[in-house]
Amino acid sequence: MTTTLPARPVTETPRPVAIAPRRRKPRAYKIFRVVALTLTVLLFIAPLVWMFIASLKTNVDIYDASKTLFFAPTLDNYDNVLSRNNYFGFIFNSFWVALLSTLFSLLIGVPAAYAMSRFAMHRSALVVLMARIIPGVSLLVPWYFIFANMRMVGGFGVLILSHMFVALPLIVYIMISYFDSTPLELEEQAQVDGLTHIGAFLRITLPLSVPGLATAGILSFIFSWNNFMFALVLSGANTKTLPVAIFNFVSYASIDWGSLMAAAVVVTVPIMVIALFTQKYIVSGLTAGATKG
Amino acid sequence: MTTMVSTKPTVWENFSTWANRHRKWLFASPAMIFVGLLIAVPLGWTLYLSITDSEGSVRAESNVVGLNNYVEVLSDFDRFWPAVMRTFVFTGGALAIEMVLGMCIALLLWRPFRGEKWVRVAILLPLVATPVAVGMMWRLIFDPNIGFANQVLSWVGIPAQPWLSGQYTALPTLMFVDIWQWTPMVVLMLLAGLTSLSDEPDEAARIDGANAWQRFWFVTLPLLRATVIVTIVLRGIDALKTFDILYATKGKGGGSFHEVETLNIYAFGLSFDYNDYGIASTVLILFFLLIIAIMWVLTYRRKANRS
Repeated sequence: MTTTLPARPVTETPRPVAIAPRRRKPRAYKIFRVVALTLTVLLFIAPLVWMFIASLKTNVDIYDASKTLFFAPTLDNYDNVLSRNNYFGFIFNSFWVALLSTLFSLLIGVPAAYAMSRFAMHRSALVVLMARIIPGVSLLVPWYFIFANMRMVGGFGVLILSHMFVALPLIVYIMISYFDSTPLELEEQAQVDGLTHIGAFLRITLPLSVPGLATAGILSFIFSWNNFMFALVLSGANTKTLPVAIFNFVSYASIDWGSLMAAAVVVTVPIMVIALFTQKYIVSGLTAGATKG
Repeated sequence: MTTMVSTKPTVWENFSTWANRHRKWLFASPAMIFVGLLIAVPLGWTLYLSITDSEGSVRAESNVVGLNNYVEVLSDFDRFWPAVMRTFVFTGGALAIEMVLGMCIALLLWRPFRGEKWVRVAILLPLVATPVAVGMMWRLIFDPNIGFANQVLSWVGIPAQPWLSGQYTALPTLMFVDIWQWTPMVVLMLLAGLTSLSDEPDEAARIDGANAWQRFWFVTLPLLRATVIVTIVLRGIDALKTFDILYATKGKGGGSFHEVETLNIYAFGLSFDYNDYGIASTVLILFFLLIIAIMWVLTYRRKANRS
């Protein structure tokens, strides 16, 4: 998987002389490329910027077309969302559910991925990966009643378990391709030096897999943070996560657009900040398997 | 005393030997048990519910009605088949545009250029944004009265559109939202594929005088076929199961005319708004079979083509 990392050297590397002719692209192509790239970036960024701008406006300004870009920014919406609507509580819920479901999934998913990779357990791997295909709704009804019987609905346990349903297959999928590309020789060498199989896994392979673990962990955290459907059904008043809180924001009669956008910013910004700093890992995780046949 | 000392490590050694010998299943079983308990059992239950007339509460009395639910669902041209069609229109339309647009952007980003890092960050942001928040964001932008979309149209002189609130415009609008959020995913996958290609075939074709389009169509694309198929499969599965943006923008039942009610939304509504578990489970089983069938066709064709 590491080889599929599109972490190419950026710009500065001088081109080898052999393919010099490519440099003489017509100027029209260069201009076209710059324009196209600018448009691409605008297409993907502008709506997010718009959301951010709207979150700084009063509702009167949002309704005023003449104040599209020029307005007096205010933080009232954030104040409303964070202090009056208890969004800190939702942030706390989202964070713990995402963190714990990620950690538990890593705990059971990584050894499983290791065994599936080393022993070529294709059928078992397929079973775990089926979870990626199954529509989540088809599990929700049975889950709801199983967990209602165990008096777990509305608690954190059930949310963490349900988010693991998303996290576990993802982690297994990413880690299998990671372990597939980790050389077996190092483990064999360690066994010659007296480590057991499990010892070699714990002391040699696992430390070498930290980039893969980071990739799997970050992605699973993001997917859990963003998850809506499971929390919609299984969360209670005290365990509501951010996406559900945002959704509930609009079920009342009129929409408070400014606060809604502030709430949307509050949920997306942490994840975007994480993404900015861990871009390399996220990309390698999302594209795991892209270059395999 | 000496015997105590010598037995203690033996117990540990015994355990260690046992653990190492059975490490395959020792490692794999926690995950397998999790999958079994939380996925296989519930799925089996759903399969069972689909042949009962369970309603109101799963614990309430219910009778096995055989395949009646399946007959009822498959002859339901009011809700079920329109939902199937919407699922296909949404997935097919969004996926096709995402693949074409994604390929164009991936080709733009392929060769290094200055500022490449920033472009990559820009396309990563929609991808990680919370879908519910994304739905709300577009809801404001596409608001018929105050939205930016209609403001832009008015500058160009096009009459205002109802977007999300229109019976016929809602689904295309949501396809656009899906395209906005997930094209970056396609770009990243294809870019990973492109980056792994060697330069030589492309160079050879260039020397033979092939133009850019010919080199793409006859050299790059065939080499990239495996990546393209993986991308279609992964993105296709997710698109079929789209829930968040549909539910966040249109609410229960996919709007007042069920205009964006896909199979997932339909099944969710049957389960949690109508508590009609028998029918809901039937829809879900059919939906699941549909996904499996599509997967099978795509992967089977891949294998057939390869050999």
